[in-house]
Amino acid sequence: MLKQNEIAVVGAAETTRLGVIPDMSNIMLHADCAINAMRDAGLKPSDIDGIACAGESPTNMAHYLGLTPKWVDGTAVGGCSFMIHVRHAAAAISAGLCTTVLITHGESGKSQIGLNRAPAGRSSLMGQFEMPYGVYGPPSMFTIPVMRYLKETGTTIEQVANVASIQREWSAQNPRAMMKDKASIDDVLNSRMIAWPFRLFMCCLVTDGGGALILTSAERAKDMPQKPVYIMGTGESVETPMISQMADFTRSRAFRVAGPEAFKAAGIKHADVDHLMIYDAFAHLPIYGLEDLGFVGRGEAGAFIMERNTAPGGKLPMNTNGGGLSYTHTGMYGMFALQESVRQMRGTAPAQVPGAKISVCHGVGGMFAASGTIVFTNEA
Amino acid sequence: MSESKRPLPQPTPETKHFWEGTQAGEIRLQKCDDCAKVYFPPRPFCPGCASRNVTIFKASGKAKLHSYVIHHRPAPGFTPPYAIAVVELEEGPRLMTNIVGCPQTPEALPLDMELVPHFEKMNDEITLPLFQPAKG
Repeated sequence: MLKQNEIAVVGAAETTRLGVIPDMSNIMLHADCAINAMRDAGLKPSDIDGIACAGESPTNMAHYLGLTPKWVDGTAVGGCSFMIHVRHAAAAISAGLCTTVLITHGESGKSQIGLNRAPAGRSSLMGQFEMPYGVYGPPSMFTIPVMRYLKETGTTIEQVANVASIQREWSAQNPRAMMKDKASIDDVLNSRMIAWPFRLFMCCLVTDGGGALILTSAERAKDMPQKPVYIMGTGESVETPMISQMADFTRSRAFRVAGPEAFKAAGIKHADVDHLMIYDAFAHLPIYGLEDLGFVGRGEAGAFIMERNTAPGGKLPMNTNGGGLSYTHTGMYGMFALQESVRQMRGTAPAQVPGAKISVCHGVGGMFAASGTIVFTNEA
Repeated sequence: MSESKRPLPQPTPETKHFWEGTQAGEIRLQKCDDCAKVYFPPRPFCPGCASRNVTIFKASGKAKLHSYVIHHRPAPGFTPPYAIAVVELEEGPRLMTNIVGCPQTPEALPLDMELVPHFEKMNDEITLPLFQPAKG
């Protein structure tokens, strides 16, 4: 198991702008935040000897940025790829395969400039056994298990809508958030119907942007300009590319592998967590995440959020940037969750949690297809 | 639904038996001869124990509505609103499908309602396994 706090984040930055950026292609969004992250860390391209990214290949990014890496990782399992990159990079640095890794994400999700996405082929399993039935983008697929979850746990759709409402309280404090207006549960439930029982405000934004991280050893981090944010524990897993084939519609197997693995590695209990990010492509994901990571019991997450435990002033501040529902969501949101965890650990977040020392950042990839969990701390 | 514009499956050597089955009005599953696991989607080995000793058999067709959404946005070949459903077959495996023969409303689509197959011929090669309420 990776040693706690041996590796640190020493550079972190998002794209200069977020939201709608029609004057930048997909690869340039990667480069824009990569340059910002190198400046943040006080590093030059020649200092970087490892590269990891998703949405563009590591070959594309090394060439475009002028890097000569001796370690590459192109793990691309959706929006949590970046959590998994952090895990792999930490292991690689620890093993001496490289010293300084750049992880990039950029995505022209809204403007669709220079995108490299290939749709699933008609002979793939999804193409044969899901696409013929009118699935059309994540809002029509990621939402399918929820009716089962509601029936089995007694959770209400109002409790799911409340996730979006609470996150507007966080985004209202964030100048870079796309949606800052308050939204009551009624406002959420009166927004446009997308895929019953899901309304527009229960679905993530579609934006342009990116983010980059730079990791190195904690030893080397001592001489660098930013307050180091240490990697305390990590976990990863995958389940199935097809939402219809997830083993249990009310729990994510990938969450239940990645989360506990990260907690075990970090040697922490749930009560130790000061700040939490749970990737919210849709409003039910924080509910599944809170339960599958063990913060609450089965069927308790809806009430837990309703009781304002994750809201501003609550005991477990969650998705403090406003999340994918209200801050930004380019398609693969995980990098933005990681950026917010790093800001919280540095003490520089717009909605800073006072005195936060441990942040858990939990991501999903695909439609419950993959997962990655990182536990950060600012105390070595 | 105007069916012609749906993205249609392209069978592979490993799934051919399933699509031949739907043309014959059958849902064909596979069962492991070694560990007895019944599974879907099709593959010529058991995802439980990796045995290659597997047998194709005809499922009863009895199913229950496991979960669904009612999609309100347009998609090629579909007129919204329409339900995208996952049904659980009597033998255990689940598959995605559409529910036909009833209104596409929450009231007409209670979870766990009993369903039977409705085989919808799309062209000479592809027949899709849709489902409809067992009574009526």
